[in-house]
Amino acid sequence: MSFLTIFKVSLRSLGRNPVRSFLSCLGIGIGIVAVILAMAIGEGAKTMMVREISSMGNNLMMVFPERRNRGPVSGGMGQGQTMTAGDAEAIKRELGHLVRSVSPQVRTTVQMMYGAKNWAGNVQGVSPDVLEISNWTVTDGRFFTDDETRLAARVCAIGTTVRANLFGDDEDPVGKVIRLKNMTFKVIGVLGSKGANNWGQDQDDVIMAPYTSVHRYLQRSKFNTVNMMNLSLVTMDDLEEAKREVGALLRQRHHLADWQDNDFETRDTTEIMNTIGSVTGIVGTLLLIFSVITLVVGGIGIMNIMLVSVTERIREIGLRMSIGATPRNILVQFILEAIVLAAVGGAAGVAVGIAASYAVGAAAGWPVLVEVSSAVYAFAISTVVGLFFGFYPAWRASKLNPIDCLRYE
Amino acid sequence: MYKIYAIGDEPVHALDGVSLSIDDGEFVAIMGSSGSGKSTMLNILGCLDVPTRGSYLLDGLEVAKRSPAELARIRCLKLGFVFQNFNLLPRTSALENVELPDLYMGRLNRRERKARAMDLLARVGLRGRELHTPAQLSGGQQQRVAIARALMNNPPVVFADEPTGNLDTKSSVEIMNLFTELSDEGITIVMVTHEDDIAAYAKRHVVMRDGRVMRDDRGEGGRKTTEEVSRLVKEALA
Repeated sequence: MSFLTIFKVSLRSLGRNPVRSFLSCLGIGIGIVAVILAMAIGEGAKTMMVREISSMGNNLMMVFPERRNRGPVSGGMGQGQTMTAGDAEAIKRELGHLVRSVSPQVRTTVQMMYGAKNWAGNVQGVSPDVLEISNWTVTDGRFFTDDETRLAARVCAIGTTVRANLFGDDEDPVGKVIRLKNMTFKVIGVLGSKGANNWGQDQDDVIMAPYTSVHRYLQRSKFNTVNMMNLSLVTMDDLEEAKREVGALLRQRHHLADWQDNDFETRDTTEIMNTIGSVTGIVGTLLLIFSVITLVVGGIGIMNIMLVSVTERIREIGLRMSIGATPRNILVQFILEAIVLAAVGGAAGVAVGIAASYAVGAAAGWPVLVEVSSAVYAFAISTVVGLFFGFYPAWRASKLNPIDCLRYE
Repeated sequence: MYKIYAIGDEPVHALDGVSLSIDDGEFVAIMGSSGSGKSTMLNILGCLDVPTRGSYLLDGLEVAKRSPAELARIRCLKLGFVFQNFNLLPRTSALENVELPDLYMGRLNRRERKARAMDLLARVGLRGRELHTPAQLSGGQQQRVAIARALMNNPPVVFADEPTGNLDTKSSVEIMNLFTELSDEGITIVMVTHEDDIAAYAKRHVVMRDGRVMRDDRGEGGRKTTEEVSRLVKEALA
């Protein structure tokens, strides 16, 4: 008996019991829906996080002054006083082959006023390179220039949250003068909205001014220290080399002896990505475990149905044997029935799972990524489940004695 | 041949030294009360079972020590079966039921298989009912489908186990006439029955009791009436 014929026989047998076949498909189907959904949501969530991380900056590498502890009190990241704007300029000057742009950053919190309105918020002192590094856009007006940075001009670009609080929706802020810590600054541009970052912080609640101006007018600092530097690398492939070169340059500039530790730290988004990767990895593993459990339950469902089916059709088995079916024919027939059940359930599960993924994605506002490979895997897995759980009932059927089968009441 | 079953601790001698030889084209009725070993006999002759001891040559081929798969192949090629309870596949058309043996044999292509099955159904008087399922057929019609199925692979031997046991008198006569025709065409028929009037259609009568052959009447005296068969059985078991 050819394989194709046995396959047709299996299909016909399943077709004789459509309701039962449907119900036994269901378990596997639900399992596969869970697998697809888990994969799609996991991938979607990861994509979303990666997208937001990369919105932090292009090929971003960050350099912070070292954490300084005063006795038992930890100073926290970026609170050291060892890094200067000169370091940023040196990096740009000497490591141009690795680093495309550099922006030093100083931060201070100020009370800002315009007319009768006031608002408290962050002022970031940066260089114009920050636009390129951190993917900022300017929607109205313009950003400040390198010249304005060098001259410490009292100009600034404001985020949409600041604009809403100081100017409301109707007034055009460009060209208006606001006061920061009683120093007048001219608003020359409005930044495009970036929304909240991964940690829920409103990135638009910001004013950007030349770091020189922030130093001179807001911090009134005699030192040229910065809180951090944002670097945009030419390519992420050179990340390790860039870390090494930047480190070497800073050690040299900071006159560190060989025995001294670095007085700065570098961070890059791959580290954050790795963290996110490990978190989503854990979530993915959990989902996978649940999916496997569901599939095992579905498989046991199929095994159960197949065992019932073997018992119920014991006379059919006896008859088939008596007219010439070999034990192998019977074995293959029942395994194929189980595989077909599982595969049909799997295929339906893939379809429903993809639909459900998009539905969930639309509801949650997540990007949904249904990879072709995951659909193919799911289908393959369901087939293997059918084979695995169908084997025992089929094996039992093939070991039956035709006489006992024919006499079975 | 011997066939010994172990039921509990007690060995049951279902066949206790049976020796029988059936020639090509014979129409044999194996008779006896229940427990006489006639069903065991039929199972072994039909290659559904193997004897515990002894030898069974089918067409010169030793069957006694074969594996289940080899037995299945022998059944497929050489034997047809007709059962008391028809054993048709439910919810499956008469045509497909008849086609079934060739699926395992794999001798014909799809068109040839269908043509042969149609011919056989016409031969047993079921033209026009090819697509009926067993539930839509009477007992007699179902048994005719079963006979057509038994003939599908063109076997030299057909085994029938109480073929009329579930049928009314009229259908029984029709079925037995069909067997008689097959016998006249040269097909060897071995039938188990306990009904004398059914056994009367056979030419040779084997009467069994307690796993032994009590009487083997080769029917040299021509066809017997029911009364003659009854007498024969009574004498054998006396």
